[in-house]
Amino acid sequence: MSHLTLTSVGISFTRAGRTTEVLRDVDLKIEKGEFVSLIGHSGCGKSTVLNIVAGLLKASTGGVLLDGREVNSPGPERAVVFQNHSLLPWLTVRENVALAVDKVLKAKKSKAERREWIEHNLALVNMTHAAEKRPHEISGGMKQRVGIARALAMEPKVLLMDEPFGALDALTRAHLQDQLMEIHLRLKNTVIMITHDVDEAVLLSDRIVMMTNGPSATIGEVLAVPLTRPRRRLELVEDPTYTHARAEVLEFLYARHAKPALAA
Amino acid sequence: MAVGTTLGGLAATRKGEGARRPLVTAASLKGFAARVVPPLVVLALFLLLWEVLCQRPGAGLPPPSRVLAEAHDIIVDPFYDNGGTDKGLFWHISASLQRVALGFTLAAIAGILLGTLVGQSEWAMRGLDPIFQVLRTIPPLAWLPLSLAAFRDGQPSAIFVIFITSIWPIIINTAVGIRNIPQDYRNVAAVLRLNAFEFFGKVMLPSAAPYIFTGLRIGVGLSWLAIVAAEMLIGGVGIGFFIWDAWNSSHISEIIVALVYVGVIGFVLDRLVAFVGHLVTRGTATA
Ligand SMILES: Nc1ncnc2c1ncn2[C@@H]1O[C@H](COP(=O)(O)OP(=O)(O)O)[C@@H](O)[C@H]1O
Ligand SMILES: [Mg+2]
Repeated sequence: MSHLTLTSVGISFTRAGRTTEVLRDVDLKIEKGEFVSLIGHSGCGKSTVLNIVAGLLKASTGGVLLDGREVNSPGPERAVVFQNHSLLPWLTVRENVALAVDKVLKAKKSKAERREWIEHNLALVNMTHAAEKRPHEISGGMKQRVGIARALAMEPKVLLMDEPFGALDALTRAHLQDQLMEIHLRLKNTVIMITHDVDEAVLLSDRIVMMTNGPSATIGEVLAVPLTRPRRRLELVEDPTYTHARAEVLEFLYARHAKPALAA
Repeated sequence: MAVGTTLGGLAATRKGEGARRPLVTAASLKGFAARVVPPLVVLALFLLLWEVLCQRPGAGLPPPSRVLAEAHDIIVDPFYDNGGTDKGLFWHISASLQRVALGFTLAAIAGILLGTLVGQSEWAMRGLDPIFQVLRTIPPLAWLPLSLAAFRDGQPSAIFVIFITSIWPIIINTAVGIRNIPQDYRNVAAVLRLNAFEFFGKVMLPSAAPYIFTGLRIGVGLSWLAIVAAEMLIGGVGIGFFIWDAWNSSHISEIIVALVYVGVIGFVLDRLVAFVGHLVTRGTATA
């Protein structure tokens, strides 16, 4: 049995008396330690899929199993890195991580162990130097790193990331992608990451899940990226496996499932 | 100008490093002067105008010079106590402040709790908001007869008037603050599985704190307005009674001195709540 299983997940929203089916028959199996990207045009329902796995939204049909148990509410074993970082602005960087650690690992670790674990996770994302700063005092890239540290510190079974680097400039983004790959290599977490960046998807993922356009969006195609790790972005530029995967995704997004408004 | 700005800039960059820097820079001195000098000039002009206008025979109010002379005793010795209500200004003001402290604290606690409940539920907001909007427009003194009828005593009635006057802005602002908690924070709390108490203490209160403190500031201002008026009717020791008593004895100069105190203390109360808000919200509430 797979680590994480989505079985015929569908969801409809009713707004002002009108019901729209956003997702239909989303089926996906993810193995432990796998890095899976979700890619698709804006508005197709990527965040909705992630929120269903997180338990923040309830599927109208079908369901999600994690290690054989049904997911029906949010919980720290499915930690989320939100698109807009969602750090609490009145807490310092360290306090933001501490809030999660003290709540989630209260029973598992002693107070001293928790303090150490907080520092460990801050160091993991290179944020020790700014631990006393509050979110508005640090850059966007730093905020995302803290968000990642907070999520990793919960020791989640699955790490869910909703366009974690979407709002960052290209250089910062590349730097964080490298850091994320390094962390993933060390910790072997299971990761689901939403992205709209083709290169990011190919560089980071073991598999790329491509979604069709909504309404009633579903998984159109799943592409395996059989590149060995560790991956170095400079060496990959000319790698045939890399360029092939990249072409496949581009072809899916812009030829076969071009956004209707753009195709017209 | 350019020199001042440069000095200020240097001082600011060095601040964090704990390097030696002059305590008073040209820029900070300039900034201080820019804030303090204009009000002092306006005040001096105002006093001068008042003096000139009220020097003429038949003027209704005493000029500042006469106020100082006539109210000399109560200005220099605010601490005298001849028993009964014949006390120095300090005792009157402290009695008023105690009533405000009690009534306002009760209003703050009840207001924040009620505001949280109201802000939590769409239905409660829709049902209660119009009622609050009507109740909050009732003038403080209009509550006094009702509370005298209920409590049959001046002291609890005065405190109730403060409570009922200041609670509405606290409830309304808290409710708005709670409603404005971003969905992101709720999601974070949900992922962490915070229980209701943890959510209240660690997310709701801090997130709504800037709104809550706006309500508290309005509330404390209204409390001070209400207590001075209520004490005029209730009697006993208190700055409101002191003013009323001075009027009955035609001590206009004492009234003027008392009004200055009332104004200054109202201002200090407002600043105090703003300052506490600034500390509690770590600078996210505007002071
Ligand atoms: N709570 C909701 N109520 C109504 N419609 C929603 C809700 N959440 C998402 N949708 C709709 O579902 C569709 C997919 O949204 P989303 O998952 O955010 O897309 P993506 O993340 O791929 O850009 C959009 O058309 C959006 O309007
Ligand atoms: Mg999205």
